[in-house]
Amino acid sequence: MREAAVVSQPNPLQRIPGVAIVLVLLIALFSTIAPGFLSVANLSNVLVQSTILTMLALPMTLIIMTEGLDLSMGAVLTLTSLCVAIVSLATHSMSLGLGAGLLVGTAFGFANGWLVAIVGIPPFVATLGTLGMAQGLSLIVSDGQSVVGIPHSVRDIYSATLLGVPVPIVMALVTYATFHGLLYHTRFGTYIFALGGNREALRYAGLSPNRLLIMVYAIGGAMAGIAGLLMTARMNSGHPTAGLGLEFDAIAAVAVGGTSFERGNGWLLGTVLGVLSVGVLRNGLNLISLPSSVQVASVGVLVIVALFLDGLRSRA
Amino acid sequence: MTDISKEAIAPPRSFLSQDAIQLFYRLLAALLICAVLAVLSDSFLSLGNILNVLRQASLTFFIASGLTLVVLTAGLDLSVGANVALSACIAGTVIHKTGSPALGILTGLACGGIVGLLNGVMVTALRIPSFIATYGMLWVLNGLTYWYMAGETLHGFPAGFRQIGSGYLFGLPIPVYLLLVFLGIGTLFAQRTIWGQEIYAIGANPVAARLSGIPVARRLLLVYAVSGTMAGLASIIFLSRLNSAEADIGESLTLPAIAAVLIGGTSLFGGVGTVFGTFIGALILTLVLNGMNLLSVSANWQPLVTGIIVILAVWLDMKTRRRTQ
Repeated sequence: MREAAVVSQPNPLQRIPGVAIVLVLLIALFSTIAPGFLSVANLSNVLVQSTILTMLALPMTLIIMTEGLDLSMGAVLTLTSLCVAIVSLATHSMSLGLGAGLLVGTAFGFANGWLVAIVGIPPFVATLGTLGMAQGLSLIVSDGQSVVGIPHSVRDIYSATLLGVPVPIVMALVTYATFHGLLYHTRFGTYIFALGGNREALRYAGLSPNRLLIMVYAIGGAMAGIAGLLMTARMNSGHPTAGLGLEFDAIAAVAVGGTSFERGNGWLLGTVLGVLSVGVLRNGLNLISLPSSVQVASVGVLVIVALFLDGLRSRA
Repeated sequence: MTDISKEAIAPPRSFLSQDAIQLFYRLLAALLICAVLAVLSDSFLSLGNILNVLRQASLTFFIASGLTLVVLTAGLDLSVGANVALSACIAGTVIHKTGSPALGILTGLACGGIVGLLNGVMVTALRIPSFIATYGMLWVLNGLTYWYMAGETLHGFPAGFRQIGSGYLFGLPIPVYLLLVFLGIGTLFAQRTIWGQEIYAIGANPVAARLSGIPVARRLLLVYAVSGTMAGLASIIFLSRLNSAEADIGESLTLPAIAAVLIGGTSLFGGVGTVFGTFIGALILTLVLNGMNLLSVSANWQPLVTGIIVILAVWLDMKTRRRTQ
């Protein structure tokens, strides 16, 4: 079983070109056509703005590695962001707010995992259903209004620095380190590779693929909870459509990053480069004052192109 | 895997087949909901409300009927809602610019059909899984529509055009007649034509379908194009009923359409389901949402309830099918 898992490990050297070339091309493009793109202020802005997406795209990588998908992530992030806002507003406590967001996010993750693993509903429909539920709950708890007046302790998280590095970036780095350790240096990580590549092997090894699958989705929900805190801090409010479509940017980052939708192998660093590609694309289009609608459409095109190339590679 | 091969060698649908029994249960469920609502709300059984339910259900049905064919091939089209929005906005602009509703209707249908065809190309030629390809398309269309409209609202269309969505003929809303027409066409196409049967075969077992000489790629293209064209038709009905078009009209249409297909008993795994079932599905969903409305439950609850219904429908479907096999 170990051997099977080792075989399915990606060869990074083979992969680096794809997404790195995309990123370098995008940076080259925007540094020529977008004035002010290469300034330190703008680049650090891109980094800070990519943190929320990083925290969604990394767990999304694990989920896609299991040949799954989580369409509910953006809606769950919206809901957890509202939970953080409402609870911290009521209790004046950042940690209680984070706790509430984490709880709700993990509950949704468990529900997704349960529906996919135990009930056996195809992931894209199960998570489409929970997307509707999270969206509905967001509208219900907020009554369709913004939640404003959240305490300073929450708001400051987004602007504070730790040893000169913005806290969101520190959080994203810690997230990456955790996921890297989890996927490449623990047995759980090996099992995740096997979930997508060879589920039978897990069963023969006496493990429960269903339980592992539920855990993978639960991790996704929990990360949406933590990202909800950042979202609330960034917007300085809770808003019932805050995370709308973020799951698509996360899927885009994973797809551009070279994780396959069909072969159970994933590459976390590729996902991070994918997140940066999406961030640079959106930021650059913004600088040349194209409206956000064009940004959305261009991310859509980016995904379709990435998947097309992935399909070519799998046939080659 | 075993389920798939069993479906593939199942005998042709007889009159009292599994499908018929499943449909019977769903009709019963619809009647039950009607009975409950009639008890709970005085205004439910009024003629105005019943016509309203039928008109609402017809809009969901137009989108869902094309989608049914896609789901029958074990695919999914998540872009239908966004497609309705883009088609409505483009058709609306054409009517405004040329003053000709006929030209607008043609443009709307063509726009929907072209989007559907692009989906089909992505699924067949580029071999992207359908739910991802159409999900990418959803955001491309959303982006295009918002960019094209730039926050504007189109409104005020010729009275003749508005008759399509809001007019009456012999006491029944015109969309209901259209619903009956397309229900008939869809049912005949799926059950009584070779192409329709080939679509069932592709969903039941794509490899067997290819080996028995069915042009799988061409049938898939057709199915996605039909789904897109039906979204285009829905956009025309929408436009003429609301007498206005905005970029965000499609956002709340996709989930109900998928819900209608799944409540109607079409299996996500392909090869099982009927267009008539989707009609019942659209009716059940509309009855539930209408009931919530009559009982003055806030519209904020609608996505939550629709999401729960989607999951329940798939769960029930899988449970009953597992038991009967």
